[in-house]
Amino acid sequence: MRSMHPMNRRVFLKGGALSLVTLGLSPSFLQRTALAMDLPRAARGKTLIVLFQRGAADALNVLVPFGDRHYYHARPQLAIGSPARTSGTAGAIDLDGYFGLHPSLAALKPLWDRGMLAPIHAVGSPSATRSHFDAQDYMETGTPDRKGTTDGWLNRYLAVHGTCEADCAPTATGGTSPFRAVAMTAQTPRILSGPSATVAMNSISEFSIRTNGGDAERRIEALYRTGSADLVQGSGSDMFDALKVLRAADPLQYRPATGVTYPRSPFGQRLLQIAQLIKAGVGMEVAFADVGGWDTHVNQGGAQGQLANRLSDFSNSIAALVSDLGDRMDDVVILTCSEFGRTVRQNGTGGTDHGHAGAMFVIAGSVAGTKGVRGRWPGLAPEQLYEGRDLALTTDFRAVFSEIASKHLGATALPKIFPGYTGFEKEWLGLL
Amino acid sequence: MRPLLPVPLRRHPTAGVLATGLLGLFVAACASRTEAATGGVVPVVGARAADNREQTADQQVQHALNRLGFGARPGDVGKVRAMGVDRWIALQLQPEQIADHETEQFVTRFTTLGKTGEELLAAYPPVNVVQRLQRQNGGAMVAADTIRERERRRQTLQFLGEVAANRVARAVMSERQLQEVLVDFWENHFNVFAGKDRTRYFLGEYDMRTIRPHAMGSFRELLGAVAKSPAMLYYLDNWQSSADADRPVLGPTRAVGRRPTRRRGVNENYARELMELHTLGVDGGYSQQDVVQVARALTGWTIARGLQGGDFLFRPEMHDAGAKMILGVAFPANRGQVEGEAVLDMLARHPSTARFIATKLARRFVSDTPPAALVQRAATTFTRTNGNIREVVRTILTSDEFFADAAYRAKVKSPFELVVSTMRAMNAAPEGATRAAPLLSRLGQPIYGHQAPNGYPETGDAWMNSGAILSRINFGLAAATGGVPGVRLADWPAARVLYPLPREQQVEGVITELFGGAVSAETRQVLQTGTNPFLEARGANTSGTIDSGTNNGGTMDSGTNNGGTMDSGTSNGGTNNGGRINSRRGAGVSAGRTAADAFAQLVGLALGAPEFQRR
Repeated sequence: MRSMHPMNRRVFLKGGALSLVTLGLSPSFLQRTALAMDLPRAARGKTLIVLFQRGAADALNVLVPFGDRHYYHARPQLAIGSPARTSGTAGAIDLDGYFGLHPSLAALKPLWDRGMLAPIHAVGSPSATRSHFDAQDYMETGTPDRKGTTDGWLNRYLAVHGTCEADCAPTATGGTSPFRAVAMTAQTPRILSGPSATVAMNSISEFSIRTNGGDAERRIEALYRTGSADLVQGSGSDMFDALKVLRAADPLQYRPATGVTYPRSPFGQRLLQIAQLIKAGVGMEVAFADVGGWDTHVNQGGAQGQLANRLSDFSNSIAALVSDLGDRMDDVVILTCSEFGRTVRQNGTGGTDHGHAGAMFVIAGSVAGTKGVRGRWPGLAPEQLYEGRDLALTTDFRAVFSEIASKHLGATALPKIFPGYTGFEKEWLGLL
Repeated sequence: MRPLLPVPLRRHPTAGVLATGLLGLFVAACASRTEAATGGVVPVVGARAADNREQTADQQVQHALNRLGFGARPGDVGKVRAMGVDRWIALQLQPEQIADHETEQFVTRFTTLGKTGEELLAAYPPVNVVQRLQRQNGGAMVAADTIRERERRRQTLQFLGEVAANRVARAVMSERQLQEVLVDFWENHFNVFAGKDRTRYFLGEYDMRTIRPHAMGSFRELLGAVAKSPAMLYYLDNWQSSADADRPVLGPTRAVGRRPTRRRGVNENYARELMELHTLGVDGGYSQQDVVQVARALTGWTIARGLQGGDFLFRPEMHDAGAKMILGVAFPANRGQVEGEAVLDMLARHPSTARFIATKLARRFVSDTPPAALVQRAATTFTRTNGNIREVVRTILTSDEFFADAAYRAKVKSPFELVVSTMRAMNAAPEGATRAAPLLSRLGQPIYGHQAPNGYPETGDAWMNSGAILSRINFGLAAATGGVPGVRLADWPAARVLYPLPREQQVEGVITELFGGAVSAETRQVLQTGTNPFLEARGANTSGTIDSGTNNGGTMDSGTNNGGTMDSGTSNGGTNNGGRINSRRGAGVSAGRTAADAFAQLVGLALGAPEFQRR
């Protein structure tokens, strides 16, 4: 079956590429396997880290509009107190006199002070859905209200960026790293699924062939490195490329920067490993991690409690990542997002229900523009609410995603990454 | 009724019978090997079928065992060949005529499976209920309560574990393989998620009472059973979907449990997935307006005692009694539950549903891109038989397209298929199946662990990436070295025969046993010599080595110095010392161990080979 000799490599490549098209597969692994045996060089390129808060984080208690009196009317028990009127550390952390951070986000305040943090309010999906499934799907595929989309927008970025269709010049990151896109998740998330090769793993230490030694690994490699365009063998070849890169980088010897301690939580440990991969220079352009526990219908709590605990872990993990990366943050953008926000009014069980617009954080070496909360604030007066109950939307999430893809990752084929979207520059917020 | 098979297929063929059969095959395989090495094509023993099937007779046997079932156990190939592949397929389509006492006996150990969700909720109350009761009882837990609480949590895990164990054990053991494949198919088609609220309490009854009895029956009955199952009613929220406040209902509000029903309004979640995923398909010709109208028609379809569980109940006081227009058909007011039934009738009969279900079944059984003509014929059968699943499947399984060369090994195994087929191939002890759930999670397919309603992907590209192939290879290596529960090389009948033979004959025997004798020339050569022609050729052009030089596989395995054990942390590691063939380190020194290691490595390589990732 598909025996391979050097002299017909050219012929093979032609036929192989054709068969890959029918599989809907990017021929990237094929080119790597057949032509490029050298390891992708360790390069210091741009990296985007996307952190997804699954379950719909309560944006109004994350980025607190303490200047809007309707906020306090709608949430008599849940509201976070305004900084001026609240004693101790229970109140919001003032950002600009109108918005503040939840007190459990204190670890992000230094980033704000140093011009590294751009909070965005009233941002999200134009879709009216209040289903977690649908809304996560839309945010990850980048195509609101189009359920038939098969691939995620980050995968489409990978697919169109650096190919000859979009740009024949080699990309700054080398373009062929097996770790171009890494999800620190057990399964490939929707946002990264699609034709481009990606890696999904729970932990770096999982990424190894487990044998009792001997030549088993060499033989397994020989089983998969047949030069075949086959889906299974191609994935195997990709994997051995990745293994070699990882070993060269030796990430298990990793020690975070002095004074940096990541939370022991799963989320904190995932971010630690993202830092490892960035510092190891494996050519990672896109990293993804997610964290659950935001669906706070019951006993959400205020300055303390359920949501506060989640936010502590969230912000301490991110702050550790930023400190650990140090001046590498010049080449890194961190984007946090959640599928939608929650109802403005608290419900009957001390929580909030599924809402509409939400909040995002963009963290970079330095964010552009004057320091401030980004996006247009629609207000919380009853007549200003979406469907009479939720924070209205003023920024389409695709405006944020496409601005970052363009300005940070250098993506050019934006209409291919966000089909059906026409906003682009017109709607960008000037984040970077 | 009388089973067609006078004697059920035996799971443990005697070593003598096996040795004869195996060596016979082995000689034949050897005879063809020279040609394989030179020509790059592996001929398969046996003549072509006389009809239009492209696959050889031997390929057809392999193909049928891999598609109608979860792969061959030792001895299965011979049984199917003796019976004739067509007769075997016909028999699999009549599972009620296949004796399966051993399996039925085995699964009786899963004592929580026969309980309803309501019984489980009462026996193992959710944590928040326990906490509320404790608060009502005046606060702090005393020590006895703490112990009881721990025990309760352990039992909670037990009933969830039994749901998964039942699925795996039946797939591994059952003689009714096609039935198990279709249970897997429909539970995925009508996916529910264990992590959604109280859905997990109802998974046992979902499997046993909702899906299983209808897996090869009427699609309409299956659809109705799902629509009324507490698992689906919880998962997609329909249990609390009620008429909007400004809509007429069929009766006055009544008390449900301790509190009167709250009119929460219409929830579209189930109605949308009902059309998009369960029947018509995303392009099946419905509008957002239809979603809203179907949701209204299904208001009041709820669970008898709400959060406490119970069976399906239609509550007139929650039902939107107004007239509706659905897919262009007018539904008059005040018809009650009959209206929802009529909607299900209409959806089950719809041509889009016939096409959608036919496409998914053909994708499951034939290839990721099934031939359009076959899908059309299967859809026609669906319509002609009023959605008789057995007949639609029969149309597919008896088609020439099913036995086409293009279909042979065209499907990438799902993790569930990989785990189950490995256990079957290695003649695993069924007890191991009860501990397989963590393996499935690690391989990316936890049972009832897919959050979104679309279910796990049915195409290979979704299952294959560098991380996934690594996990699969590690799984194969672990299976051969005692790292997979229930799988012991010593229990594999072929091992006893092959172990004393020279390497070349071992390789041919393993290829015969695990792949029906057919693998690529590269795989055969790697198993024999450890090298492949492509790498050799490329080695001449580059540095001359394919290895990074640090051939120390275990070093990435931080901490857990357990070689191939995927199941680290459980206690099975110490239990596999019984067999004569034991590759585990630490048991004896010398050439004997080296030979055992080498044989285990060969089997591990075969289970981790590209061919074993396909079916």
